[in-house]
Amino acid sequence: MNRLSILKYDLVSIALYIVLVSFGIINIYSSSFNGSSMSLFDLSSIVGKQVIFFFLSLVVFIFILFTRNKFFDNSASIVYFLSIILLLGLFVFGVERGGARSWYALGPISFQPSELAKFGTALFLSKFLSIIQTDLKRNRDILIVLIIIVVPIILTTIQPDPGSALIFLAFIFPVIREGLNLNYFYFGLYIISTLILTLIFNFLVSIAILTIIFLTYLIYLRNKKIKVSLLKYIFSFFILISSSFSTNYLFENVLEQRHRDRINLVLGKEIDTSGIGYNINQSKIALSNGGFFGTGFLEGTQTKGNFVPRQHTDFIFSTIGEEWGFIGTLITIVIFSFLIIRIITRADKQPNHFRRIYSYCFASLVFFHFFLNVGMSIGLIPSIGIPLPFISYGGSSLLIFSLMFFVYLNFDSSRLKES
Amino acid sequence: MIRKNLLIWITVISSVIFVIQLASLQLSGDSFDRDFAIQEISIYPERGLIFDRNGELLVANQPMYELIVIPENTVEFDTVQLSNLIGIEQNELSKRISSARKYSTKLPSVIQSQISKEKNAYLQEKIWLFDGFYLRKNSVRDYIRPFASNVIGYTGEVDQNDIISNPYYEKGEMIGKQGIESYYEDKLRGVKGKRYFQKDRFNRIIGPYNDSKKDIPPKKADNITLTIDIKLQEYAESLLKNKKGGIVAIEPSSGEVLTLVSAPTYQSNQFIGQNRSVNFQNLLNDTINKPLFDRALQAQYSPGSPMKILNALIGLQEGVIDESTTFTCNAGHYYARNAFMACHNKFGTISNLRKGIYNSCNTYFAKTYKMIIDKYDSPSLGLDSWSKHIKSFGLGDYLGYDLYIGKKGFIPESNYYNRFYGNNRWSASTTISNSIGQGEILTTPIQMANFASAIANRGFFYKPHFVKKINNQANISFEKNLTSIDKENFEVVINGMVDVVERGTARIAKIKNINIAGKTGTVENFILIEGEKKQLTDHSTFIAFAPAEDPKIVVSVFVENGYWGSRWAAPIASLIIEKYLTGNVERKWLESRMINGSLLAEYEKPYKFQNFTINE
Repeated sequence: MNRLSILKYDLVSIALYIVLVSFGIINIYSSSFNGSSMSLFDLSSIVGKQVIFFFLSLVVFIFILFTRNKFFDNSASIVYFLSIILLLGLFVFGVERGGARSWYALGPISFQPSELAKFGTALFLSKFLSIIQTDLKRNRDILIVLIIIVVPIILTTIQPDPGSALIFLAFIFPVIREGLNLNYFYFGLYIISTLILTLIFNFLVSIAILTIIFLTYLIYLRNKKIKVSLLKYIFSFFILISSSFSTNYLFENVLEQRHRDRINLVLGKEIDTSGIGYNINQSKIALSNGGFFGTGFLEGTQTKGNFVPRQHTDFIFSTIGEEWGFIGTLITIVIFSFLIIRIITRADKQPNHFRRIYSYCFASLVFFHFFLNVGMSIGLIPSIGIPLPFISYGGSSLLIFSLMFFVYLNFDSSRLKES
Repeated sequence: MIRKNLLIWITVISSVIFVIQLASLQLSGDSFDRDFAIQEISIYPERGLIFDRNGELLVANQPMYELIVIPENTVEFDTVQLSNLIGIEQNELSKRISSARKYSTKLPSVIQSQISKEKNAYLQEKIWLFDGFYLRKNSVRDYIRPFASNVIGYTGEVDQNDIISNPYYEKGEMIGKQGIESYYEDKLRGVKGKRYFQKDRFNRIIGPYNDSKKDIPPKKADNITLTIDIKLQEYAESLLKNKKGGIVAIEPSSGEVLTLVSAPTYQSNQFIGQNRSVNFQNLLNDTINKPLFDRALQAQYSPGSPMKILNALIGLQEGVIDESTTFTCNAGHYYARNAFMACHNKFGTISNLRKGIYNSCNTYFAKTYKMIIDKYDSPSLGLDSWSKHIKSFGLGDYLGYDLYIGKKGFIPESNYYNRFYGNNRWSASTTISNSIGQGEILTTPIQMANFASAIANRGFFYKPHFVKKINNQANISFEKNLTSIDKENFEVVINGMVDVVERGTARIAKIKNINIAGKTGTVENFILIEGEKKQLTDHSTFIAFAPAEDPKIVVSVFVENGYWGSRWAAPIASLIIEKYLTGNVERKWLESRMINGSLLAEYEKPYKFQNFTINE
C-alpha cells in the first residue's frame, strides 16, 4: 500500500467512526461507573469488554482492508445462510437473557447471531438485487426479496426479540432505491398513518378524517381533470377503513396491556412515571438534567443513580444527554446524520451494483438503529430494545457494525482506485 | 429523484425533529423532578431548652415516635387490628394510607405522628405483623412544669402560611406557635443542616452525594433563660384558680416579668401527643372561658381607681395641687349642673392628697382632673397635656415586650372627643370619668403593672420582658423610659399608696415588716345580653409594689367580677409579694381563702337567661 492509496479511503468516515466509538466508551464508562476507577482493559468490567471488542474490530479492519472485494460478492450467500442457521440453532443452543433466547455463550463472551444476520441479509439482498436478471417489477422477484427479508424477521420475532426483528424493515429503503414501485411505499405510509391516526383518536373519528381527506383528494383530481379509476380508489378506500378497523381490533384484542401502555405513553394518552413509563420518563429526566452544557463527565446524578435502566446499552443516549448536555446530543445527531448521508451519496457514485446496494443497505441499517434508538430515548417512539450503533455497549453489535463499516470502506476505496 | 434522495430526506427530517425534541427537553428549563436522584436529608439540631430565672429547667425535649408507611412494601393486612393498635378510626386509617399512596408508593409517609414512648413500646411488639409499616423516632417538646404556658406557648407542625411566609420551613417540620416558643423561634430551633445522598433507581441511598462536599452542618440551637420565677408563677396560678383575670409581677429595677398569669388558661402539654388536635379544638371552642385568650396581655379593662394615682402625679407635676391641697367630699359631688358623681366617702369628708389616695376619694380626683384640664386655654390642650403624661407611663400603646400578642389599650386624646362631640364642644366635666379610671380609658394588666413599676422607680420604667439570658449571655440591654413626672412628686403619692395598705382600702393586704404601696380598684363593667346593656359585678383590681422604699416587686392583679378591689385582688397581690420577698406565706387563712375561693357562680349569672343581682 503506497501513501497515495491511504488517501483513497474515506478518511472522514473513519475519523467519525473513531469519534463515535470512543465517545461510546466514555459514556459506557460513566454509566457503569461504580465509584472506584475501572481499568479500561479489564475483561470483567463492562467498559473493558467494549474496549477489547474495539481492538478486535481494528484487527478485523486490517483483514478487511486487504481482502479483495470480490470475496464479499462470493461469500454473500454463505454469510446469509450461516446467520440463518445460527438463528435457527438458538432454539437448541441459545442462552436465555432477559426473556429472549438470542444469545450464544462462549465463556465470558457471548454472541448475538441476529447481529450477524443484519450483515448477512445486507450482503445477500445486495447480491440478489445486483443480478442483472432481477427485476423489481416482477412479482416473482418481489416475492424473493420479501422472503430474504422476512425469514430473519420471523426467526428473531419468535426468540422473541421484536426490536431486532423490526430492524430488518430498514431493507425497505434499498429495495425502493433499486426500483420497487413507489406505490408500495406510499401504501405502506398510508397504512402507518392510518394506524397512528386510529391509535391517537378512536376508530370512528379516524374514519371520518380519512373520508374527508379521501373526498378532498378525489375532488382535487376531478378539478385537475385527471382520469380517475373510481373502482380502484373505492377499493383502496375500503382497505384504509378496514386497516383502521383492524388496527383498532388488534390494539384492543391482540396486543397485551404492556404493549398498549407503551404506545399510549408515547401518544401522551397516559401519564405514568413509576410503572411502565418509568424508563422513558427517567430518560427524559436525565436529558433535562443535562441542560445545555451537561453535568460533566461522571457528574450525572441520574446516570450515577442508575435511574435509567439499560443506560449503557439501549438508553446510552440519556447518559450522553445528561453528562454532555444539548451540545453532546446535538453533535451526536449531527455526526450520525452526516455519516448516513455521506455513505448514501458516496454509494450513489458506485459503478458496481453490488457494492452500491450494499453501501445503501448499510446506511439504511445505521439510520434505522439511530432513528429508533434516539427516538425511543427522547420519548418519541415506544420503548424498543435497540442499540445505538458504535456507541451502545455490546460486543456483537460493535463488532458487526464495525465489520459492515469496514466492508463499506473497502468498497468505497475500490471505487476510488478504479476511477 | 424521490427514489434517490428518499433516505437522505428522511434522515434530515428525523434529525431535525430529534433536535427540536431535545431542545424542548434540555433547554426549556422547566426541569423534571430530579429529586429522584439526590436525597436531601435535613439534620435538625435539638430545640433549645428553656429555664426559669433561677435556672430550673422548664422545657426540654422528649422522644416521640411516628408510624411510617412505605405503601409499596405493604401487603394485605388487617386494617381493623392496625387501627385499634394506633387508636384511630378504621376509615381514617384507610384515608391516610391512600393519601400516602397518592403522595408516593416508594417514599415514606407519616400515618400517625407523636406516638408516646409508652405506646411505642407496645406498638413495637406488634408492628412487625404489618409489612411496610415501621416506627421512626423523632423529638417533641417536653413541658416539664405545667405552668406559665401562656408565656412559654407551644410548638406545632408548620401550616401552609408558615411555609409560604418563610421558605426555611418544609412540610412536617415543627415551629413555635405561641409565646416564647414562637417569638424566639429563630434562637430555639437553631438552623437545620443538610446532608445529600446519591440514590439509585430503587430509591436506595448508595452513598453521599458529591463526597458530602455540599453538606451543611446544623447550627446548634440557643437555650433561653426566662425572667419568670416558676415557683412564684405556680403560686400565682393557684391563687387565680376558678377565677377569671390576670396577674402580672415585674421586677421594677429591670423590667423583668416575674410572673404572668392568665386565667383560665391552657397547658402547653395539651399541644403534644395524639390528642393535640382534639385539645386544640376544645380550647378554641370554649368561647365562654376563652382559655387561649391571654387576659394579662390582651384583655383591655377600665383601670379603675389605680388611675387616681396617675392623676395625682399629673396634678402635682402640672402644679394644680400640692400635697396639702384639700377637697371636701359630700359622698360625692356635682361636677356639673345636674351631674353628680357618687363617692363612698362620708358626707363632709375633708381629704388632703394622701387621704384622698388611701380612701380612694372619687371627688378628690375628679376635682384634680378638672383642674388639670382647665389649667389650659382649651379643654383640647388640657386633655392632650394630660394624655401625654399618661402615655409616658407606657399606656395606650404596645409595650414592645417579647411576645407577639398584646393590646394597645386606649388613652383618649382631644381629637377623639372632638370627633365625638364636635370641636371643643366638650369640657373637663364631659370627660370626668377619666379621673377615676372609668370611661374611655382601657388598659391591660401588664400595662397596669408597668405603670406601677414606673411609680415604684420614681419616674422611669424598663420595657417589660420575658427573657433574661440567651445561652447564658445577658446581653440584652434596655433603654430607660422616663415618665414626664419629676422624681420629687412621687414620694407623697407613694406615701399615700403605703397608707392604702396601712389604713386605707386595702388593709387586708398588710404584711408584717414589709411596707407595701398599693392602690385598689373596683371597676364597673357591662355586658351586652341580647342587645341589652347589663351591668355585671365590678372587677376587682389592685396594683402594688414592695418594699415601698426600695421596690423589688410590682404586682398588678385583675380579677373579673370580683367586686371590691380589696376582696380578691389586694389579698392575692399581697400573698404574691409575701411569697416572693419572704419565700413563704404565713397568712395561711388568707392563702386558703384565695386558693379555694371560686367566682364560677358569678360568671354563670349572665348565661342563665334570668335576672340576676350584682355586687353581692
